[in-house]
Amino acid sequence: MPGIFEPLPGGGAAVALDDVEISIIRSLAVQLLELIGPGPAEDAPDDPLAELFNEGPSEAPADPVLRRLFPDAYCDPERAPDSPDAAAEQQAHSAEFRRYTENDLRAGKRESALAVIRSLDGLAPVEESGAVLELAPGESRQWLGALNDLRLAIGSRLDITDEDDTDLLYRLPDEDPRKPMVMAYLWLGGLQETLVATLMP
Amino acid sequence: MGPVTSPAPVEIERTESAEEVFAVPEPDVPWITIVHNDPVNLMSYVTYVFQTYFGYPKDKATKLMLDVHHKGRAVVSSGSREEMERDVQAMHGYGLWATLQQDRK
Repeated sequence: MPGIFEPLPGGGAAVALDDVEISIIRSLAVQLLELIGPGPAEDAPDDPLAELFNEGPSEAPADPVLRRLFPDAYCDPERAPDSPDAAAEQQAHSAEFRRYTENDLRAGKRESALAVIRSLDGLAPVEESGAVLELAPGESRQWLGALNDLRLAIGSRLDITDEDDTDLLYRLPDEDPRKPMVMAYLWLGGLQETLVATLMP
Repeated sequence: MGPVTSPAPVEIERTESAEEVFAVPEPDVPWITIVHNDPVNLMSYVTYVFQTYFGYPKDKATKLMLDVHHKGRAVVSSGSREEMERDVQAMHGYGLWATLQQDRK
């Protein structure tokens, strides 16, 4: 599994993917979409303004992956507030921020994941077992965001919270049940690393 | 979760003294956006985000990324509260862990 993006002349990027790789990325993107959930407009498909006027949630999500994707904007993770009053104020400001940003943030992440699925579904097989995915610059940026979200999601599920955890993952024995997820995590890291290199200003 | 205070001051009818209302002004301290370290985001990606979103030159973007990586945090922008909320939202869109606060040293 080389999984290396290369720049295309004139902008964009290309990567060769085999069938297994395509189905891994697609299935992870679908899982991420399911986790992020539908937007508020989905309950009122006839109302084009539902998405605009619906307030987002004020409480942080219960799922650790979603909490990492949509963190509290006013709560410094390293420095505890000075007083209970300060803590309450940070919580209140974070809740307010969440109400008017989280729907948009969820929509953006949904769009990136959908763009990934669409480009994979549009692939024409060149050989029996694989295809070459070519991305226009705009698609590259959506893929970059989606690959990052997927790695954040897997990293959170694998409980990667500091650099030492990443080092440990490289040394997992083959029989460890986390091994397949770790392999996918490291492989997506290589894809993202080579894709960002094609986009560097 | 503890008790939640109202995010905005509640308007109270007070006719006796208008000055009193302004007696406790918000201190004129700028707000800052802080990006926190996490072991998942790639160093190259964080640099890319600082260059792309803030328009910082490569040197400055790289230095900020290294501060995040080695010191655990870096102040990436400062300005009004509204501007910093926009920056934090953008950082969350990119998947970076960002918070905002008033710049009390």
